Amino acid sequence: MALILNEEQQMLKEAASGFLQDKAPVAQLRELRDRADERGYKENVWKEMVDMGWAGIAIPEQYGGVGYGYMGLGIVLEEVGKHLSASPLNASILAAASVIMKAANEAQKAELLPSLASGELNISLALEENGQHKTSNFETTATPSAGGYVLNGEKRFVGDAASADKLIVAANTDKGTQLFLVDATRKGVATESVTMIDSRNSARITFKDVELSAADRLGNDQDTSSSLSEAIDIINVGISAELLGISLRVFEMTVDYLKERKQFDVVIGTFQGLQHRAAHLFCEIELGKSMVIKALQAIDAGEPGISLLASATKAKMCEVAQLATNEGIQMHGGIGMTDEYDIGFYIKRARALEHSFGDRNYHLDRFASLSAY
Amino acid sequence: MTELASFQAETRQWLEENCPESMRQPFNSESEWCWGGRKFEFISEDQRIWMQRMGEKGWTVPTWPREYGGGGLSKDEAKILAKEMRALGCRKPLESFGISMLGPALMKFGNEEQKREHLPKIARGEIRWCQGYSEPNAGSDLASLATKAEDQGDHYLVNGSKIWTSYADQADWIFCLVRTDSSAKHDGISFLLFDMESKGVSTSPIRLISGSSPFCETYFENVKVPKENLMGELNKGWTIAKYLLTHEREMISSIGESFATVSPSKSALKTIGTDSEGRLANSALRRDCAQMEIDGMAFFLSLERGKDEAKAGQGMGAVSSMFKYYGTELNKRRMELQLAIDGADSMVWQDDPKVPALWLRSKANSIEGGTSEVQLNIISKRVLGLPDK
Ligand SMILES: Cc1cc2nc3c(=O)[nH]c(=O)nc-3n(C[C@H](O)[C@H](O)[C@H](O)COP(=O)(O)OP(=O)(O)OC[C@H]3O[C@@H](n4cnc5c(N)ncnc54)[C@H](O)[C@@H]3O)c2cc1C
Repeated sequence: MALILNEEQQMLKEAASGFLQDKAPVAQLRELRDRADERGYKENVWKEMVDMGWAGIAIPEQYGGVGYGYMGLGIVLEEVGKHLSASPLNASILAAASVIMKAANEAQKAELLPSLASGELNISLALEENGQHKTSNFETTATPSAGGYVLNGEKRFVGDAASADKLIVAANTDKGTQLFLVDATRKGVATESVTMIDSRNSARITFKDVELSAADRLGNDQDTSSSLSEAIDIINVGISAELLGISLRVFEMTVDYLKERKQFDVVIGTFQGLQHRAAHLFCEIELGKSMVIKALQAIDAGEPGISLLASATKAKMCEVAQLATNEGIQMHGGIGMTDEYDIGFYIKRARALEHSFGDRNYHLDRFASLSAY
Repeated sequence: MTELASFQAETRQWLEENCPESMRQPFNSESEWCWGGRKFEFISEDQRIWMQRMGEKGWTVPTWPREYGGGGLSKDEAKILAKEMRALGCRKPLESFGISMLGPALMKFGNEEQKREHLPKIARGEIRWCQGYSEPNAGSDLASLATKAEDQGDHYLVNGSKIWTSYADQADWIFCLVRTDSSAKHDGISFLLFDMESKGVSTSPIRLISGSSPFCETYFENVKVPKENLMGELNKGWTIAKYLLTHEREMISSIGESFATVSPSKSALKTIGTDSEGRLANSALRRDCAQMEIDGMAFFLSLERGKDEAKAGQGMGAVSSMFKYYGTELNKRRMELQLAIDGADSMVWQDDPKVPALWLRSKANSIEGGTSEVQLNIISKRVLGLPDK
């Protein structure tokens, strides 16, 4: 398939760009941060996103979605990255809906996906237990009991937990890794909000003797680590799309600044030392963009071996986003270090994304392992 | 069956019937490339047959029009041909500056007679071309070139010298930038084509750090070039020169493409082995391999995207500079990594040393066809719009 956007996708991109610029620009994230907004996003903006179909963008039509595929969601996420627009799109749609699509049984999909697509329901994924990403061998346990299971453990870095109605919890069981759908208000669930560097909502959640029924388990009664891992591949590609948006925007800000800031009586963009770094950065971003498009297309085409491509894409986009944000600040000089200037918001969001679902090192390592070396 | 599908089936069958077995092995070294031309010594009968058969079909230049010796294929068909050749492991039948550089420029700027005279011979591998651009005092600042062509009525008289002329000693013809007006810089350059056997042309090979002597210093002493050998208008050669350079860059970055899918980890596994968990035993090298393979993949996909965008008329602008820069730097990294994998073995310099020679040769990738710094200058100006002053 040609590695370009078709007309419909191009229109989506333009619409998303216009909307986010208007309704959810960086200034809004700044405002949310300044007043320590508990939710971390604006509900009315999210509602408009839902009305435009974004919540259901990657959800198949049979489950109440729009069926634009992950290419569609990726396009929106790239634009989200450009504007740092806060919403539960990552937590509830990219993460939770993807996990449900991969790991849930038919009845669960039919029940949950339409509610996610219509924005009635928000779900967050409770996966990580410490700063190192993993996809199996969790400390959190779900022990079989008379009524079903008893869940115990602690989960960290649960995105947008403050507004989540339900949680998908990854736990160790007698079958291996299994996933459980737990009401956020269930007895024994304690949520403690944690402020993250990117000003987005996150939480540490403890589960103490939470009683679950067998119906709360996603999928059939078997180890679901491979479906979980397939979903995480998709999540990482989506995150890469957002990192691409961040890199593109920071690059644009930087090149604009090179054309405007004067020192030694000339604009600093005339200095070859800076020109070459900017040109190199341009190339790196273009390479990352090719990976993101290819990976999104591969997901939609249901291509096998997506794991390798997903890890390659995430590793590359982590590298590119690091370069873009670091060089961006450096080429801005002192002003790049000020809170008043937006670039700081970008570097913070970029790093927070890099460190979710496995950072560059994690994915380089995984890429090598998947390639059998 | 759709038209493309039947084209694919026919192509596969034709290749299977016509590509000799020995031409289905990867090249062991550059010395096995087929260059064609009057002076070329084929390494085997198979090599000659393969070039000839592909040349007759026009598949050495699949998308060139049939009347100029090409295959007349659409871009989609050419993509299929390339894919089928890859699948069968077919060697490139003909390596040629005529194909990768002069051809596209001739097609755009040459007159009908020039096209009919030169293009089919390029396609069939009959005439080998060399590029007379650089001079001792005109490298990155190419437009300062001084080789002179004086109007003598029915011919031009060419005097001067070129340097780094790749394969000048083996080429049959040269496409050459000459100064036809010394009062202007860019607007005083013309583009000439002439036979290397013309009286007054001589070459002297220059030895490279990699051991071989693929390029020469080329001297012109009162060389008579017929006027009809001027390509394009007088003093308008710079436009042609730049156009041709974008094609040269594409060719050089395609070196990156051909290696992009080669995995250094495969050879590392052989020389270094694995630890008890099945990982490459040297973890630092393992990381370098992963990074290299990912960048190779990203580069390959970007070339693909570049082609798709060009086809859709979107174009990234100055892409040839980006690919030239990135592909050649990548290739240099790849060769450094290969040395790291082979260790001290790669320092042995006898019995046709392949890896160390390729490693040394790779250093030229970011110099020839315009240096990496020059490409970055072009990207800064043309793509990013950064000012000169
Ligand atoms: C293997 C090989 C094959 C070649 N084949 C041919 C051929 O067939 N025909 C032909 O005509 N030529 C050929 N060349 C020549 C090649 O095109 C030139 O070497 C190249 O353009 C650089 O010119 P130079 O060697 O004079 O280096 P210089 O221009 O002197 O450059 C020296 C250094 O200065 C840097 N530099 C120069 N200008 C700038 C600037 N404005 N900004 C920043 N840095 C700058 C360069 O990047 C380089 O690092 C070949 C070269 C090689 C190595």
